[in-house]
Amino acid sequence: MADITSTNGSSNGSSLRLKTGLAEMLKGGVIMDVMSVEQARIAEEAGAVAVMALERVPAMIRATGGVARMCNPKLIKDIIAVSSIPVMAKARIGHFVEAQVLESLGVDFIDESEVLTPADEKYHIDKHRFTTPFVCGAKNLGEALRRVAEGAAMIRTKGEPGTGDVVHAVQHMRTITSEIKALTVLGEEELYTAAKNLQAPYELVRMVAKAGKLPVPNFSAGGIATPADAALMMQLGAETVFVGSGIFMKDGAQPLDVEVWTKMDANIGLCTTGDIGQHRNPEERAEGVSRAKAIVLATLHYSDPKIIAEASEGMLGSMKGLAAAAIEESQRMQTRGW
Amino acid sequence: MGAGPDKLETPSPLIGVLALQGAFEAHATRLRELDARTLLVRTPSQLSDIDALVIPGGESTTFLKHLDRGGFFDLLKTFVEQKPTFGTCAGAILLAANVVHPHQQSLAALDITIERNFYGRQNDSRILQTPTTLPGGPLETVYIRAPRITLTGPGVETLATRDGDATLVRQGHLLAATFHPELSPDTRVHKLFLQMVRDASTT
Repeated sequence: MADITSTNGSSNGSSLRLKTGLAEMLKGGVIMDVMSVEQARIAEEAGAVAVMALERVPAMIRATGGVARMCNPKLIKDIIAVSSIPVMAKARIGHFVEAQVLESLGVDFIDESEVLTPADEKYHIDKHRFTTPFVCGAKNLGEALRRVAEGAAMIRTKGEPGTGDVVHAVQHMRTITSEIKALTVLGEEELYTAAKNLQAPYELVRMVAKAGKLPVPNFSAGGIATPADAALMMQLGAETVFVGSGIFMKDGAQPLDVEVWTKMDANIGLCTTGDIGQHRNPEERAEGVSRAKAIVLATLHYSDPKIIAEASEGMLGSMKGLAAAAIEESQRMQTRGW
Repeated sequence: MGAGPDKLETPSPLIGVLALQGAFEAHATRLRELDARTLLVRTPSQLSDIDALVIPGGESTTFLKHLDRGGFFDLLKTFVEQKPTFGTCAGAILLAANVVHPHQQSLAALDITIERNFYGRQNDSRILQTPTTLPGGPLETVYIRAPRITLTGPGVETLATRDGDATLVRQGHLLAATFHPELSPDTRVHKLFLQMVRDASTT
């Protein structure tokens, strides 16, 4: 009965342990962006370790423009209801009320994300104030450690979301890795200046210099579109990959139709009652399923080129993509946040 | 660091950690801290190299997906029926005879029924001091989106509990925990498993 004393929340140490603990459970996996209940089902069935619920994937946000905000809570609730794996959702940078809403909905991880339009140009969310763990993007070690100082329990590369071009995810991962390596050879007295140059807290810089790795799990996101891309990021040191537009997008603006006919469709005459529950577009659904499975397989066997080849072969089509170099500086999502 | 096993006359047992996905690194680190030799197991053929296995936490649905390939599931089932195996969280789900909420396939080696995600979502994850029969007083237990053991068979020994429900169980050469000893500084559970491995190798 009263045999337990909860220590959760009473000290920062134990609560951070629970937050990074969930990130530990997600290692070696694929976290997939999903825009519908059906996509969430496909992701779990394919072996995703978590899903990221959102209304528009980055490629669509890029194509349609406008202000990108937190996902509608109704969709998040519906996705939570059908998923046995963790569900994540995005809040705008600095929008702590969106984060409060996501926490109250029971999402398992909040992504304070540059994919959405930032709500605060100066301050990120104080993530220590939340029970729900946060993941944040970073382009370099200083940025990663500033986010950890604010309470992030997981870091991911920013890459350039919604492009299907992995080049910036690679650049960010390589930058973080080489900056970590550089710290490990510094003497104690040099670390103070390193902290100044990185614009990151000295204590965290010292921790990284000693351990040779980030104090929280280090994942990768932003432009990962194929099994080989996922394996590349894993070989470069990512512990898990986020795949956004790469799985369910046909081209830059149009998702694959993986949905099933619903009762409402039948009511308005889009299909017959006999069609309810059937796939609307079996070919496009098969394409989405094949991509999801292929990327999960390649992520597990990231150092086995034969299996990556097998995974790539099994993948029907891939998102069209957009060369990140062709995107004007002002249109880049990775420059959001600081 | 490579600490040699010079304390033992025979080579110390090689402990595999199933590294399909999840907290395998944390388990391997803990085992090495306790001077065990470890191997990260990603393919079915590696099972023949190891003397015992840890199945870590992670997502049990993802594990099952990966075990689907190349006869891994059947080889693993044979392994856990014979060799010392320790499952934590998702690993305990995999070992269980019966999985509910939702029902899913399992290795069915350990006579328990386990309910997935019973204690709620991440916001309900907890670090608790719980009663245990292990020497040394209450055990710090880290629960992350934890499952609950709802039934234990007659041959299953309960070593720790949460609100009266078993959280650490042993049946013969099998050990299972619904919490994460690899995320706690308390090393008693891993020490117990290493003792089980030693006992198995001397009989």
